[in-house]
Amino acid sequence: MSGVSVTKDAEGAAEAADDLVVLSNVNKHFGALHVLQDVNLSIARGEVVVVIGPSGSGKSTLCRTINRLETIDSGTITIDGKELPSEGRELARLRADVGMVFQSFNLFAHKTVLQNVMLGQMKVRKTDQATAAKKAQALLDRVGVGTQADKYPAQLSGGQQQRVAIARALAMDPKVILFDEPTSALDPEMINEVLEVMQQLAAEGMTMVVVTHEMGFARSAANRVVFMADGKIVEEAQPEQFFSNPRSDRAKDFLSKILHH
Amino acid sequence: MFDFLTSGQYDVLGAFWVTVQLTLYSAVGSLVWGTMLAGMRVSPVPIMRSFGTAYVNVVRNTPLTLLIIGCSLGLNQTLKITLGGEDFKEIGFRLAVLGLIAYTGTFVCEALRSGINTVPVGQAEAARALGLNFFQVLTLIVLPQAFRAVIAPLTNVLIALTKNTTVAATIGVAEAALLMKEMLENEADALFAVFAVFALGFVLLTLPTGLLLGWVAKRVAVKR
Repeated sequence: MSGVSVTKDAEGAAEAADDLVVLSNVNKHFGALHVLQDVNLSIARGEVVVVIGPSGSGKSTLCRTINRLETIDSGTITIDGKELPSEGRELARLRADVGMVFQSFNLFAHKTVLQNVMLGQMKVRKTDQATAAKKAQALLDRVGVGTQADKYPAQLSGGQQQRVAIARALAMDPKVILFDEPTSALDPEMINEVLEVMQQLAAEGMTMVVVTHEMGFARSAANRVVFMADGKIVEEAQPEQFFSNPRSDRAKDFLSKILHH
Repeated sequence: MFDFLTSGQYDVLGAFWVTVQLTLYSAVGSLVWGTMLAGMRVSPVPIMRSFGTAYVNVVRNTPLTLLIIGCSLGLNQTLKITLGGEDFKEIGFRLAVLGLIAYTGTFVCEALRSGINTVPVGQAEAARALGLNFFQVLTLIVLPQAFRAVIAPLTNVLIALTKNTTVAATIGVAEAALLMKEMLENEADALFAVFAVFALGFVLLTLPTGLLLGWVAKRVAVKR
């Protein structure tokens, strides 16, 4: 996995031109709570950014603002050079290019696994049914749930459902995929089967933003670790450097708590 | 005692057939109108939400008799609206269906809205994240699941509608209740028998509806 890591400092200038997702001075409040405070973050094409931090630090909210499932109060978010539209057709078009994988899978409960992966292709990309079904089946095979295609989501285990959700996101040929705590709702024995699929995606060069508590994944697959606390990005570093030698006290404190247990 | 059934003087089956027709047309109409109202009430457009809320609260709380008579006196006799009907019979039938749809649609809307609330918010979020627009999210993801959750309450609405069609008698639609009124005057000696026949007729219409839809509700329930 070290082969895909990016040396940020050396290539900083080249990357700036190729940034896929750029958040600048993003602010958001939930009532009196200032959940995102002047957040600046750029994600380059093909980069895997893992966002970690304590509960309530705003990392999930940050992830959800990138496809505007959460609105922002001020600042700008651009994806592939285009600013995120506020409503309507333009926003829907942009969301089609941004995949999303949720903590609670959110597969469409009244549709079969295959239909779940076909829906976006047919209704958004206007692909014909036969092509969509073929692609859906291929993606399901790729994430290892091809034999479950005709079942309903409730008949699958959590790990299988989450892999279907990844296939559903991939079916749109997204430019970037957002993972919002993809393994937090899974039984421990199912976490690895999902992480393996994500590792594979990372290795293939997919741009990914991953909010997670899986430090092993962060270490092995991330190009960059973003540490958030209290609505701010406290530290950004390569995983090796972050885990072995965190600079901020807040990160040291966080790591000492999770790595000892 | 039940001579009136065999005398050939009254067309009881014909009258109940009109009741069935009133019910079916109104049921389909209310389902469509109620779904549209529910769509308005959950839409992101404020003016549609306000209209939906105002309409439901006004019409739901208006007596049905008043609405049906309003359709007849107001729409037909004053504004000369015939809804394409040729004669008195046809116009009356269509006006009654219109009144029943306007009224029953509000109950369909509210049942459906409670069904929408049973659909986890993540379902709509996942659909939006795929790039579906509001209309697609509503019609492809949210409403299909909401409908499955509210078949039981919608069955209640349908049963109530079947019985509410009797109000159409007030504007002269020749359905079961109007015939019953006529028979009660002519066959006063068999009063209870006449009542029993019409009560049984309605039970025969509504009981299978309830049983059938109860079975459907179990079959199509969404497993989570």
